[in-house]
Amino acid sequence: MRAYDLVELAGRNLREAGLRNSLTTLGIGVGVASLVAMLSLGVGLQKLATRQLGRSGLFDTIIVTSRQDGRGPRFAQAAPVVAQPKPLDDAARHGFERMPEVAEVYPNFSAVGDIRLDNANLKGDGHFTVVGTLPQSARTSEAMDEMQGSFFSAPDAQEVILLTDFGRELLGLPPEPRNADVKLSADQAKQLLGNYISLRYHTRETAESQPANNKTAKKKAEADPDGLDQAGSLEGEDAQTFNLVPRQVRLKIVGIVSSEPNRGFRQGRTPVFLPLAVAESLNMVQAGELWNTLRPAASKTYIALMVRVNRSKAVTQVEDEIKKQGFNTFSIVDASKGITRFFKFLDMFLAIFGSMALAVASLGIVNTLVMAILERRREIGIMKALGASDGDVKRIFFFEAATMGLLGGMLGAGLGWLIGHVINFGTNIWLQRQELRPENFWYVPWWLVALALGFSVLVSLFAGLYPASRAARLDPVQALRHD
Amino acid sequence: MTTNGSENESVRTVAVVRHYKLGRSIIPAVDGVSLAAGRGEFIALLGASGSGKSTLLNLIAGLDRPDSGAIVVEGSDLATMTSEQLAQYRRHTAGMVFQSFNLVPTMTLYENVELPMRFAEVRRRERRARAQEALERVGLSDRMQHRPSEMSGGEQQRAALARALANRPKILLADEPTGNLDSKTGKEIMDLIQELNRTLEMTVIMVTHERPLAERYAHRLVFLGDGKLVGELENSRLEKIGAGR
Repeated sequence: MRAYDLVELAGRNLREAGLRNSLTTLGIGVGVASLVAMLSLGVGLQKLATRQLGRSGLFDTIIVTSRQDGRGPRFAQAAPVVAQPKPLDDAARHGFERMPEVAEVYPNFSAVGDIRLDNANLKGDGHFTVVGTLPQSARTSEAMDEMQGSFFSAPDAQEVILLTDFGRELLGLPPEPRNADVKLSADQAKQLLGNYISLRYHTRETAESQPANNKTAKKKAEADPDGLDQAGSLEGEDAQTFNLVPRQVRLKIVGIVSSEPNRGFRQGRTPVFLPLAVAESLNMVQAGELWNTLRPAASKTYIALMVRVNRSKAVTQVEDEIKKQGFNTFSIVDASKGITRFFKFLDMFLAIFGSMALAVASLGIVNTLVMAILERRREIGIMKALGASDGDVKRIFFFEAATMGLLGGMLGAGLGWLIGHVINFGTNIWLQRQELRPENFWYVPWWLVALALGFSVLVSLFAGLYPASRAARLDPVQALRHD
Repeated sequence: MTTNGSENESVRTVAVVRHYKLGRSIIPAVDGVSLAAGRGEFIALLGASGSGKSTLLNLIAGLDRPDSGAIVVEGSDLATMTSEQLAQYRRHTAGMVFQSFNLVPTMTLYENVELPMRFAEVRRRERRARAQEALERVGLSDRMQHRPSEMSGGEQQRAALARALANRPKILLADEPTGNLDSKTGKEIMDLIQELNRTLEMTVIMVTHERPLAERYAHRLVFLGDGKLVGELENSRLEKIGAGR
C-alpha cells in the first residue's frame, strides 16, 4: 500500500470515531504535558542553580598564593615551604594567563581610601572605606542584573561602582533596616549616577634616608605596631624607607548595585569598586601590603591572584598545573559535579512521575484501538478479502496510534509549556510580593519538546503493537461470516 | 508453487481437506474434494447448508488454508503460499462477491470500488478511470458519491461486483450472490455475472443452494454433501465460453 493511501485510510478511520479518538489524544496530551512540566521544572531548577553557582564565581576560581609566607586566605592549604619559593609576581601572573582553559587572572585587590561626593548641594564628610576592584568578567555577574546605571565603559575608565547602602551613606540617608536590599529610588540614584566622587588614597614611594619620625612612618606605625622596632634597627642598612604619599583622584559614578559582584572569596565588606586596571595604575597602598613592604623584594608581588577558568570542570587540571609551578592554591571543586548528579536523580524521579500519566494515557490508546478492532471487525475482513495483507492492516492501525501519539504529543508539549509559563508567572508575582527577585523555575528547552514528541509517538506505537497485530491476525472468514 | 494441469485450466483442487475444531470434535468441512475449472467456465457449487460449499469457495479465494491437498489457481498452489503471497493473489487474481454485499458502509460507492486498487498500489489517475469503467459496466456510473445505505440491495450487489472487477481478476468467486435479493433483482445480478463471464472470459465459481438458478446460468453443476463431492452435472443447455473441460 502506498504511503498516501495509508494516511488516507488511517485518517478516515480516525475521523469516523472522532470523539473517542479526540479523547484518547487528549489523554496522551495530558500525559505528555505532565512529563514536559515535570522535566522542565527539573531543567529549570538545574539551570537556575548552576547559573547562580557559576555566576557566584565560587566554582571556577582558583586562589593562588605564594609559598613565601603563610599569608593569603586562611583556608589556603598549608604546603611545606620549599627552599626557594617562587614569588607571586607579574611573571607568574602572565604565566597563568597563558595557560589553557584560563579565562582571566586578577589580583585580589583591597585598599582603603577616603571618599567624598563632589556635589555642591551635598557637602558631606569623608567616608573612610574599603575599595575593591572588578575585572571585566564581572560584567556578567549576577549582581549586575539589578544594577542601576551601567558597568564600566572601558577597562581603564575613571569610573566607580557603588553598593546601594554606601550610596545611601554618601547621600546622608539613614541605612535601611534589616539590611534589606532596597534599591535607591530613581531620584536618589539620579543624585549619584553621572556625578563624581573624590577618592583620597595613599601611594607608596621609596624615599632615600627619610627620618624615621616623619608623618609616613608614624602612620605606618599606627597600622602595624609590631613594626616599631624594625623601623629603627634597620635604618641605613637597606634603602627600604618609603613614604606614604596622599593622592586624590576624581571618579565618575556609573553604577549602583545592591550586592557585591564577584563576591567569591572576598572577605569583609567592600562597598566601592574601581576598574582593576585603574586601581593598579593608581598604585594604591593595599590593606595587606605592609607585610610586603617590610620584606626585601626586588619587584612588585601579589598577595593573592584569582585565576578564573573557562569551565568549572577545568578547575582541577589548572589547579594541579599551578601547584606544580610551586604555588599554594585553593578552590572549591566537585560541588558542581555533586549538583549535576543530584539533578540527574531529580530529573529521573520527575520523569518517572511524569511518565505515569503518559503510561495511563497509552492504556487509553490500547483501549481505543482494541475497541476499534471490535467495531471494524467486518471492515478488516473486507479489506483482507480485497487483497489487504496482514502488514497493510497492521500499518493502518500503527499509523492511527502514531497519529494520536503525535497529535497528543504536540498538544502536550504546548500544554506543558503553557503550564510552565503560568506557574512562572504565578511564582514571580508571589516572589515580587515578597520583594524577591523574579526567577524562572520552569524552562522548556527545544530538545525537551522534541523528546516529548518522540517519546509520545514511541509510547503510542508501543501501545499500538498489540491492537495492530491482533487486527492483522484477524481471520477474514470469521470476520465476514454473516450472522 | 507447482504448475499443474493444461493451459486452459483455471482452478484445480486436489484432495483438499479442511477441518474445523468445534469443542473436542473435529468437523470435516471439506473432506478430500478434487475439482477442476477451465478458463471461462461458470461452475455452480450446490449443496445443503453445512455441505462445505462456502468453505471450499473461501479456500479457492485464498481467505482460508487447506489442512491438506493442493489448490492450484492459474498455475500456482495456494497451499504453499506465504500470507503475503496469498494477499497478492486475492488482490490480483480472484474477485469476490458475498451474499451480504460487504461494502464498507462509511465509504461512498466510488471509495468502495477504489479500495482494492489501493492495496494493489494502482496510481490515483488510473484508479479513477478503472473505477469509472467498472461502475459503468454494472450501470452505476451516476451513483458514485452515494453511500451503500442510500442504495437498494440490487444496487449494492452491483457495486460489489464493480469492486470485484476493479483489479481485473481472472476468476470471480460468488458466495450466494442472490441470497439477499428478491428474485427479480437476483436475476439481474445473475445476468450481469453471466455477461462478465462471457465478455471478460472470467472463470466464475458460484456457491448457491438454488438449483434452478444454477441450472439457468452455470455450465456445470457440482454437488457437495458433508464436505465431499457427491456429483457433477454438465449443463447441456448452455454453451461454454472458451475451451473448458
